Amino acid sequence: MMSTIWFLLITIGIVYSIFSGTIGDINNIIIKEAGEAVTFAISLMGIMSFWLGIMNIAKESGFLERLSKFFSPVMRFLFPDIPKNHPAEGFILMNIIANMFGVGNGATAFGLKAMEEMNKLNKNKKKATNAMCMFLVINMSSVQLIPLTVLKIRYDTHSADPTGIVGPGIIATSVSTIVGIVAVKLFEKSDCS
Amino acid sequence: MKVISIVLVPFMTLTIIIYGYLKRIDIYSAFVEGAKEGLKTSIKIMPYLIAIFVSIGIFRGSHALYMLMDILSPIMEFVGIPVEVLPLLIMRPISGSGALGVVKDIIENYGPDSFPGQVASIMMGSSETIFYTMAVYFGSIGIKDHRYTLKAAMISYIASIFASVFVCNIFF
Repeated sequence: MMSTIWFLLITIGIVYSIFSGTIGDINNIIIKEAGEAVTFAISLMGIMSFWLGIMNIAKESGFLERLSKFFSPVMRFLFPDIPKNHPAEGFILMNIIANMFGVGNGATAFGLKAMEEMNKLNKNKKKATNAMCMFLVINMSSVQLIPLTVLKIRYDTHSADPTGIVGPGIIATSVSTIVGIVAVKLFEKSDCS
Repeated sequence: MKVISIVLVPFMTLTIIIYGYLKRIDIYSAFVEGAKEGLKTSIKIMPYLIAIFVSIGIFRGSHALYMLMDILSPIMEFVGIPVEVLPLLIMRPISGSGALGVVKDIIENYGPDSFPGQVASIMMGSSETIFYTMAVYFGSIGIKDHRYTLKAAMISYIASIFASVFVCNIFF
């Protein structure tokens, strides 16, 4: 699936640029974007290490376990395959909390850690588990309560009510998250492979 | 709400450190031990980032987006989604920074309080970058078979589009 999207993005891009006369830019784009990917990964290194350090304290001290106990009923419903008080639960919760409040780089660090922990429970290491699919779909449906960057644009363009979108936005993102969860639950049932 | 976003980082750090200190674990060693993994993880996701950044860059740079818009705009009109937000619809699942640029364009062209401006603002916040997230998260642990993840994510994404238009019709 990933190969298909990747294939389409690149072939549509290059073929279209032949017709639109922008083929000369492709070279520069490749050089620039590849460089930016590396810069981005390196810029993540510091903050990611910081959060993973803090998270390790949370894990060793039993803080994560406490947190997952508190949210246990929800976690049981969403991730029935993850054993109770498994570290994956804590990381998933921390990822969702960080995402809700827009701490993006922290969320990535916790999310990757959650995936690693879930993979420890995985029998076939090449194949995604139900828990992983559920986690990613929740993550991709966005749980962010306040879209800070959008608010800034609205503020800069002199909106009469820059924050007026927050309430309706929370409704919209809740709908998308709930639909995502239902979709995963349905797929889980139909696809037991 | 904005305040919570700002104080969350220091507050979370403080809570975890105090908790660890009271539980008498060696918080300093625990931090360093955990931080080591940050370096490894960043390197591990680098090839995936390069693959995604380059492919999205080529797609964006070629302006193939305009071609897709021509194809899709009749469908948009048919289902009642303002045509002005179409570039965002295409960009949102592919690239976060690209989508933010599109939101900026829409808001600057039509105004933040126009209908397309409101829909774009809400749509931006109600979904995430699907392509990037899947590549990095699955890539970091070497999962090749994503099963139904993309399908479910797209269903949730389409729901977010209609929900955004719907709440705008009600509230604005």
